Amino acid sequence: MSWYKPSDVGYAVRVKLDDMGYSARLFLRLLSTFQPSLRRFRLVVDQIHFLGNYSLAIIVVSGLFVGFVLGLQGYYTLQRYGSSEALGLLVALSLVRELGPVVAALLFAGRAGTSLTAEIGLMKAGEQLSAMEMMAVDPVHRVLAPRFWGGVIAMPLLAAVFSAVGILGGWVVGVLMIGVDGGSFWSQMQGGVDVWKDVGNGVVKSIVFGFTVSFIALLQGYEAQATPEGVSSATTRTVVMASLSVLGLDFILTAMMFSI
Amino acid sequence: MERSKNDLWVGLFVLMGAAAILFLALQAANLLSLNFQSTYRIEAKFDNVGGLKPKAAVRSGGVVVGRVESISFDDTTFQARVKMAMETRYSFPKDSSMKILTSGLLGEQYIGIEAGAEEKVLGEGDRITATQSAMVLENMIGQFLYNKAAEGGSANQGGSDK
Repeated sequence: MSWYKPSDVGYAVRVKLDDMGYSARLFLRLLSTFQPSLRRFRLVVDQIHFLGNYSLAIIVVSGLFVGFVLGLQGYYTLQRYGSSEALGLLVALSLVRELGPVVAALLFAGRAGTSLTAEIGLMKAGEQLSAMEMMAVDPVHRVLAPRFWGGVIAMPLLAAVFSAVGILGGWVVGVLMIGVDGGSFWSQMQGGVDVWKDVGNGVVKSIVFGFTVSFIALLQGYEAQATPEGVSSATTRTVVMASLSVLGLDFILTAMMFSI
Repeated sequence: MERSKNDLWVGLFVLMGAAAILFLALQAANLLSLNFQSTYRIEAKFDNVGGLKPKAAVRSGGVVVGRVESISFDDTTFQARVKMAMETRYSFPKDSSMKILTSGLLGEQYIGIEAGAEEKVLGEGDRITATQSAMVLENMIGQFLYNKAAEGGSANQGGSDK
């Protein structure tokens, strides 16, 4: 295949531009469903249950283990400088600022994003979406919107649970197992973690990631080719694209929050 | 509106998320230390504040009695101007003195306030003049080396200079 033939390059660029325009339009349409979704909040609640509650187990367990590991590794590094009391600060800051939102979003993409893509892709393959359009029901409003807002609501809550459980995990390893002084563990943490700058920015990050992951999962499902291979490759693309976007956006968001 | 059995679990999930955010705000970040108690503002000037930061504690006898609000530089006296919010329930004599201390060898810095003897107490906008700067490690090492050199110099005065 001669990809460098000018006509092919032009075609590829045109297809990409088309995709970008289409996805931007779908994103705006999903944003505009905010009010109608509030009126049919029952659908959103069902999606929060599906996306949030079922992801809770993996989030809690991974948060706990990430906290354990942070406690061990943080202690290993800090005790070289004789400041192992700062362990609480290290664990809390790394979780609240970075690891909580990012790792929770990656897990959310793997656990909930894939099931969204597969569900919608199969609906499309089974021509359920076309059938809805036949009945003058807009699938974007009825199928995509509740899932979108469900994901946007569930993500920050999951990230907060992740950070909180991780801090408890760091406390278990640092204070209970290694024997760092519990009082200074908490007081150093409270002295160094700012409510708005650290916790607030973490929550903002996780909300942005909620929009990103839910949107990418829905877009891939909605755009999947209506075949088994199409659905499976769309699911793969969801994980790859959502993870890359989360990591890239995280860098941009951190850079912005640092400069403010 | 009909109810579904999901409601309970979604409610629990949202509650858990809210509890996690609350935990982060209160236990990890200590939101309450932005305290809602009434305070009065005082000011002090230090030659050197070292690593003191806004929100550092003002302690008396180890108890937190206030917090540092802001630190700025006064270019008329070339000193650091530290503004503090003291809790109203604690009052201190007007001639109290302040010094910048460090908790532990490498810990965070805080301001220690020692009560004076005067009858009048500090009020809103008052200024404390008796202050002692932060200990700066480089200065101390420099002074130590200087003293050592001076000692060595005086001991060697009789003999031959090396």
